[in-house]
Amino acid sequence: MLKIAKERLNELYAKIAESMGLFIPIKKAGEVNYHVWGEGKEVSLETLKTVKSPKNAFFPASENLMKFKTEGKNLEIIDVRWDKSEKPFVIFGVKACDYKAIEVLDKVFLADPVDTYYQSRREAFTIVTLACSKPEESCFCNAFGVDATAPKGDVTTWLDEKYLYWQPNTEKGEALTQIVADMAEQGGEAEVAAQQAATQAIMEKLPFASLDLSRFQPENLNELFDDPAWEEMSEACLGCGTCTFVCPTCQCFDIRDFKTHEGVIRYRCWDSCMYSDFTLMAHGNSRTTQMQRFRQRFMHKLVYYPSQNDGLYSCVGCGRCVNKCPQRLNIVKVIKTLGGKDND
Amino acid sequence: MIEETLIPKVGVITDVRKDTPDVKTFRVVGTDGKKLFKHMPGQCAMVSVPGVGECMFSITSSPTNEEYMEFSIKKCGCVTEVIHSLEVGQHITVRGPYGKNFPVEEDFKGKDLLFIAGGIGLAPLRSVINYVRHYRSNYGKVVIVYGARSKDDLVDIEEIQTEWMNEPNMDVYLTIDRPQEGWDGHVGFVPAYVKELGLDPNMTAVLCGPPIMIKFTLAGLLELGFDKSRVYTTLELRMKCGVGKCGRCNVGDKFVCKDGPVFRMTELDELPDEY
Ligand SMILES: Cc1cc2nc3c(=O)[nH]c(=O)nc-3n(C[C@H](O)[C@H](O)[C@H](O)COP(=O)(O)OP(=O)(O)OC[C@H]3O[C@@H](n4cnc5c(N)ncnc54)[C@H](O)[C@@H]3O)c2cc1C
Ligand code: SF4
Ligand code: SF4
Ligand code: FES
Repeated sequence: MLKIAKERLNELYAKIAESMGLFIPIKKAGEVNYHVWGEGKEVSLETLKTVKSPKNAFFPASENLMKFKTEGKNLEIIDVRWDKSEKPFVIFGVKACDYKAIEVLDKVFLADPVDTYYQSRREAFTIVTLACSKPEESCFCNAFGVDATAPKGDVTTWLDEKYLYWQPNTEKGEALTQIVADMAEQGGEAEVAAQQAATQAIMEKLPFASLDLSRFQPENLNELFDDPAWEEMSEACLGCGTCTFVCPTCQCFDIRDFKTHEGVIRYRCWDSCMYSDFTLMAHGNSRTTQMQRFRQRFMHKLVYYPSQNDGLYSCVGCGRCVNKCPQRLNIVKVIKTLGGKDND
Repeated sequence: MIEETLIPKVGVITDVRKDTPDVKTFRVVGTDGKKLFKHMPGQCAMVSVPGVGECMFSITSSPTNEEYMEFSIKKCGCVTEVIHSLEVGQHITVRGPYGKNFPVEEDFKGKDLLFIAGGIGLAPLRSVINYVRHYRSNYGKVVIVYGARSKDDLVDIEEIQTEWMNEPNMDVYLTIDRPQEGWDGHVGFVPAYVKELGLDPNMTAVLCGPPIMIKFTLAGLLELGFDKSRVYTTLELRMKCGVGKCGRCNVGDKFVCKDGPVFRMTELDELPDEY
């Protein structure tokens, strides 16, 4: 393990940014989100929940897929995918839940047929995770088997008052370590272990520390779907889609065309199963009520996705939907109502 | 660059046939004049007019046709309206094939087959029926029941009358919803007709059409003693990606684009009722 003095962090960012694009939590207009680092930017590594999750880096809110040139009846398709050899990127400070969320998205976008837009970003990025030391009340990653004190990633880091501790895990991580090596010194195992123990102690006392997920099993799919509790749980839902846009695992997208003076651009953008036109067709709609749409979002996270992916849930307990829903609805309430007997 | 499923191929329309007042059939090949890609009966493709949008359609031509592909398209909204205005020579885009096909090489082999279609529901069935005709000796008796609102709404009536009706060991029954001048065939809805025909319940059945027709026809078949595990249908949900990623066509733990659109009735019974 290596350690880098906290005062030298800015120097570290500058060094990385010399040869790579560096995305890091930066405070802008009162909100912390992943932005490209530059001298003078207000980095906020400690912020647990950036408003938008790091999924933006790999699956941006909107991205161009291709262009079309038309001439009379003729049509030409122009590939606009970026060449990943152009520039490598680093995303720095990814929390354990958000890293787990990338694994959840990988199972969707890297499954056959591979989504090459996602894949090229995924390959171009080196992911540096940061262990949490001050989990908040809305965190419940442990319910989904995430260890907030030992995130994975290409490099895992821990931060305390004095140092950033640095542990490369992969080849990409080793390569990044080479770049920052002359700023680092050996050591930090004891400090990291102490911080991990302290964080674990906090985790155990968090209000959602012991959620019971036992009923969310594929064999209960229809029983859960038909549960009368959905009506009441979803009553206040506005269908605003906030929960889906802040969620690091939400994957739904739309594909649309857009006419410009240089031809047509086909792009994709995030969409939300909470919207009434999501499933609208010429001859009808398979989900006509907000209850059905609300149920879809949570059934997908807790039952459908796990049923397709060997039991892996597609919620990582980041708590963003807990903090952001204007109606105070969230997945914790759903888990407590339907999850199992041990939810009181 | 590596292949990307969302990036389509350019296709050229080489023929447009007006089937009914609101259905046209488009013949499409690649810019090199060859068939764009191989497929199996029941599979679909995303067709688009850039600048307007992309829609999913069944590939209605048979895989055994190695020259071109055909799509029978009903005019019902923004994209299909523009498609209907296209002429021969126009470039469009096509990507696919998507979805699971009918088990023509597995469960259907050696069986007596019953095809029941309503309206544009003939599109996916035409592909299977012509496949079965091509490999005729691999299958038993074939019965086709096809209904539409009026005689003018029967898609591909020419092929049905000149080819299907003359095929050995293949019975074709047509029906229209209401009596009409110049029609001396059967009048009445498909589900009732199916019951009247007193079909052999040991046949393997395939139903395609509007949800309401499927629901009542299935009930009728079950009364006749058909076994749900030998009844197939296709689902139609809104689709965008076609490959199980955009989330749009999700029902329970299935994506209709990838795990369907062909389903066995017993599989549908296991899905939540949301399609
Ligand atoms: C698996 C599958 C096979 C199909 N096969 C055929 C076929 O062979 N022939 C045929 O005529 N139609 C078929 N359809 C239906 C066809 O896709 C829709 O009629 C078409 O998308 C309507 O688009 P629109 O833009 O004209 O209508 P609008 O109502 O203006 O459509 C707006 C949007 O809704 C979507 N949409 C609307 N209706 C449907 C629908 N029924 N299904 C899916 N998406 C819809 C479109 O993608 C479009 O983006 C099939 C649909 C599916 C899912
Ligand atoms: S659950 Fe809350 S955040 Fe999500 S759509 Fe409903 S009101 Fe909006
Ligand atoms: S459902 Fe809520 S808590 Fe779970 S990953 Fe999404 S935003 Fe986070
Ligand atoms: S169409 Fe995108 S998941 Fe089926």
